Amino acid sequence: MTTMLNKKVDFPVLNTTMRGNDLVYLDNAATTQKPKSVLETMNHFLTKENGTVNRGVYFLSQEATKKCDDSRKSIQLFLNAASEKEIIFVKGTTEAINLVAYSYGELLKAGDEILITELEHHANIVPWQQLCLRRGCILKVAPITDDGHLDLNEFKKLLSSKTKLVSFCHISNSIGTINPAKEMIKLAKEVGAKVMIDGAQAVSHLKVDVQDLDCDFYAFSGHKCFGPTGIGVLYGKEALLEKMPPFMTGGDMIETVSFQSSSFAELPRKFEAGTPAIVEIIGLGEAIKYMNSLDFTEIQEYEQKLLNLAQEKLGELDVRLIGPTHTKAAIVSFVVNGVHAHDVGTILDMEGIAVRVGHHCTQPLMKRYKVSSTIRASFCFYNNMDDVDALVRGLKKVREFLG
Amino acid sequence: MDNDRLRAMYQEMILEHNKSPRNFGPLEGHTHYGHGKNPLCGDDYEFYLEVKNDVIERVGFTGDGCAISKSSASMLTTMVKGKSIEDARKLSETFLEFILNEGPKESLGKLKIFEGVKQFPVRVKCATLSWRALEQALLKTKHIASTEA
Repeated sequence: MTTMLNKKVDFPVLNTTMRGNDLVYLDNAATTQKPKSVLETMNHFLTKENGTVNRGVYFLSQEATKKCDDSRKSIQLFLNAASEKEIIFVKGTTEAINLVAYSYGELLKAGDEILITELEHHANIVPWQQLCLRRGCILKVAPITDDGHLDLNEFKKLLSSKTKLVSFCHISNSIGTINPAKEMIKLAKEVGAKVMIDGAQAVSHLKVDVQDLDCDFYAFSGHKCFGPTGIGVLYGKEALLEKMPPFMTGGDMIETVSFQSSSFAELPRKFEAGTPAIVEIIGLGEAIKYMNSLDFTEIQEYEQKLLNLAQEKLGELDVRLIGPTHTKAAIVSFVVNGVHAHDVGTILDMEGIAVRVGHHCTQPLMKRYKVSSTIRASFCFYNNMDDVDALVRGLKKVREFLG
Repeated sequence: MDNDRLRAMYQEMILEHNKSPRNFGPLEGHTHYGHGKNPLCGDDYEFYLEVKNDVIERVGFTGDGCAISKSSASMLTTMVKGKSIEDARKLSETFLEFILNEGPKESLGKLKIFEGVKQFPVRVKCATLSWRALEQALLKTKHIASTEA
């Protein structure tokens, strides 16, 4: 490896020790660590500036409102959305998908079809199943090939004039596949379907441009891109959001309320009932600022080097790699032959190495590969080759202990 | 230190039962059946008992999971075979009390070997899963025993 990005210095947690070793954090697909700037911004707000938004006439509230507005603006620019009205704050990707399933779902009727893929996280399966139960819609699933890529021919065959919504992950959280989003969106548009993208894994790995993609909805979670938990974003095209009924109702999302009827606020507040997650919104704004300071082309190249090194070194061990080997993010899913993933996770933990073991909220995908669980090492630009070496050493120790 | 803790959990006997589980396979003509699942990690075991005159005459299990859960299931089958339903339930109670709390271990025989698991709180439910399923089987309920219930 020629270059090292040396970004660990920005992330306090990564400079701590774990069980007597340097922490090796390889669970970035579950949650990323937070840079100092995000932590300091949130701490500063809560200790010096805390106030609610949208209604206070006093200084603190005005400042908090402005900071949340600024955060929304920076997210609009980050995604290249056409308007701030298209940026809706939600709890996370899961809530974003549920919002679309409940609200856009109200516009669907019995017999309409929703198309997802075999790669999906439970959060992009269950909301659609429930919608199908409520509205009599039909859920279709596009298969993947053995090497973990979407079978585009089968995907095409499943699209028809009945398809009203196509929802898929930009990057698979479980095996790292990068879907050909632009091509899939184009195909879906040809049959008149709307498209939702689960971008939870994508925004920290690649540059997202919702206008270039031409998707109708795009969702991501703050805590998977260096911000806090409890905050996420749903992007939706303005014209479509206008047509959709509110999801949650209550304070902040109304225009006028009487006991007979209510009218609703303009976008984006129509979809933001209740006091928002103020400090989290401000923290996410700071995380976006951090990401804007990065060169995503450089990051992608660097992460690919880490990925290649990890795949090469794991390939030398008695393990089975699950999923694709190319056109993927730096997420490696594997099983150690003859050893259960949970036992591997415990032994790695003793070495200060954090990986995810289990089904990664993708049970159907695990079934597709005939495994109950895998070990998933998911890398970020702040990881380095020492982390890969530590993982390999840890896996050798697994053999030592468990044979 | 950490290696010692790992060795205390992954005892030879545990690893041996994991590699060659006893009474592994479904049981034709069973009278009792129990199912245990850990939805978080995917561990999933089914137990089959043949009970005659209140005595567990034959026992079998199927399923898959980590070394701790599989060896626990395997050792369970060897321990309850030949026991009365009442004695099996008592053993289950004593084991769960020992592994979850500070219950006595004197009457547990080779099950004492799971003591090392107590050092790893997140792994304790791997050791308890099959005993929960056994309780379901003995109660003849239709519920799946879950680590997350």
